[in-house]
Order: sequence, then structure tokens, then C-alpha cells
Amino acid sequence: MIALDDTDRAILRVLVADATQSAGAIGRSLGLSQPAAWRRIRRMEEAGVIAGRRIDLDTAALGFGVTVFLGVKLATKGRVSLEDFERAATAIPEVQTVQHVLGMYDYRLRVTARDLADFERVLRRRIMTLPGVGNVEANVLLSEERRPGPLG
Amino acid sequence: MLIDDTDRRILRHLLSEPGLATADLAERAGVTAATCWRRLERLVEGGILRGQHAVVDWRALGWAVEVSLRFTLDKTNPRAFDEFLDAARNVPEVIEIQTFLGRVDVRLNVIARDMGHYQEVYRDRILTLPHIADIESLMLVSTIKDSGSLPL
Repeated sequence: MIALDDTDRAILRVLVADATQSAGAIGRSLGLSQPAAWRRIRRMEEAGVIAGRRIDLDTAALGFGVTVFLGVKLATKGRVSLEDFERAATAIPEVQTVQHVLGMYDYRLRVTARDLADFERVLRRRIMTLPGVGNVEANVLLSEERRPGPLG
Repeated sequence: MLIDDTDRRILRHLLSEPGLATADLAERAGVTAATCWRRLERLVEGGILRGQHAVVDWRALGWAVEVSLRFTLDKTNPRAFDEFLDAARNVPEVIEIQTFLGRVDVRLNVIARDMGHYQEVYRDRILTLPHIADIESLMLVSTIKDSGSLPL
């Protein structure tokens, strides 16, 4: 775990808003030299604070109009290992996110589909056939926004 | 905006390796760097490629707890959604807000430094949000896949 100062946090805020900004441009906007900004970015990458990049696409315009979150309860814990479920779920191309959770479900999956009919196909052929799958709850995503979090 | 197979190929490679420089992305997608750059520009102008954002790993910054809170709202009040969402946006520990069609109305992704801190955030800033009818929580154990990939 690394400690960030105000300048690091300011750089992080810029990169969260637009990761394509160059170290030079970020440096100029914050009154740092290009090498100084670059070194700070590099340090946050190496410490794993900047974990990567997220591409924001208009998925509906690309023909993927439906996003559904599934809460999945495993039916046969112990008999089928968690790894089997995780491996199979991760391999489904329509499944964008797989998270292991504690609570009323064991896993949370984010599934994308062309429309509700396509989602039904994915649910029946791919999700319901996953090893160990039990109860499944589906909620259709209407809107989503990401917040900067405690970077202020 | 119409997109063709070349656009799809570029997007597929961009989604699988979001940090790639344009020259490397072009090589992976089998087009020249100039073509790749032009296509990306066109996808931005057409509103398909909405942005690229750095992903912050909050655990690396010492925020060890992440909880998915699922809310059912009191819908007898017509302003319930708007007022709840406005208030949730003011909680710095909320890093994601999603609305749903289904048994769950709204989901908030909340982070905290440890369980003690989480209890404080939950009591002082979450339970005080307006129009809550019911809350369920799922505590994140681990993220196995988070790709944002699309079966393009």
C-alpha cells in the first residue's frame, strides 16, 4: 500500500476522467514537468493503484442493448468446486464480470446481450448449464454511473 | 453510425488490451497505424468510443472493503429515485451507482478502509439516505473477471 499526496490524487483524477492524456499534458495542467508527472504515474502503476484502463463504448450502438446482472447461488457446494464454476463462467463471451461475493448469493455476473431474446438464449444455454448452478436472480440494468470515489 | 468488420476488429483488440499504443493496436488488428488512428477518431466522433478511463484499485490504496448494497425504494413517493440518487452522489465512499428493472431498484458499490470504517459509513451515510424500503448487502470476496469485453 502506498501513500498518495495531493499532486498524485490530482493526477489520478485526471486519468480517471481521461486515460489518454499524456504525461506532458497532465504536467502542464498541474504545473509539473513532463518527467515529474511521468514518474508519478509510473509509481502509481507499479504500486497497482492504476490497475489498467477501461474502455467506455456505446454498447447499444454496437448492437448490445441489454445488460443484466445475475445473482447466482450454487446448489452443490463441496461437490463441484468453486474453481469449476469460475472457469466455466469466465469462458462465456457474454459474461463481462464474475465476482465472488458473500451474502445471499455466491457469485455476481454481469451479462451483455443483443436483446432480451438473446439474453434468454445465454441464460438457458450457457448460465443454467454452468457446473453447480442453483438459484439465479436477474436484474436488468437501466442506468449506471461511476463516481470518482474518495479521491478529493 | 455504421461500423464495419475493421472497426469491430480494432475495438475487439482495444477491449482485450486497453493500454496498447495505437501503433501496436494497428499491428494486432492488421491495419496500418494511419488507418487505425483514423478509425479510432471516427469511432470517437460517431459517439461509439465514449472515452478511456484509468481504473483505480482501491485495495492498493488501503480501501480493503468493498460491498455491493442493493436497495428497494419506497416507490409511493414519485421523487424517491431522484432524491435517493442525488443523496447517494454526495457520499464519497460510493464508487458506482446503478439502477435496475427487477426486484432490486438501485445498487451502490461502497468502499471502506476496514470493517470498522464500513460500519461507520453504513450507519452514518447509507442508512440516512432517503426513501429506503429494504437493503441487502453482498460483500466482495474477489473479482475473477472484469473485462468489459463484448462478443463483437
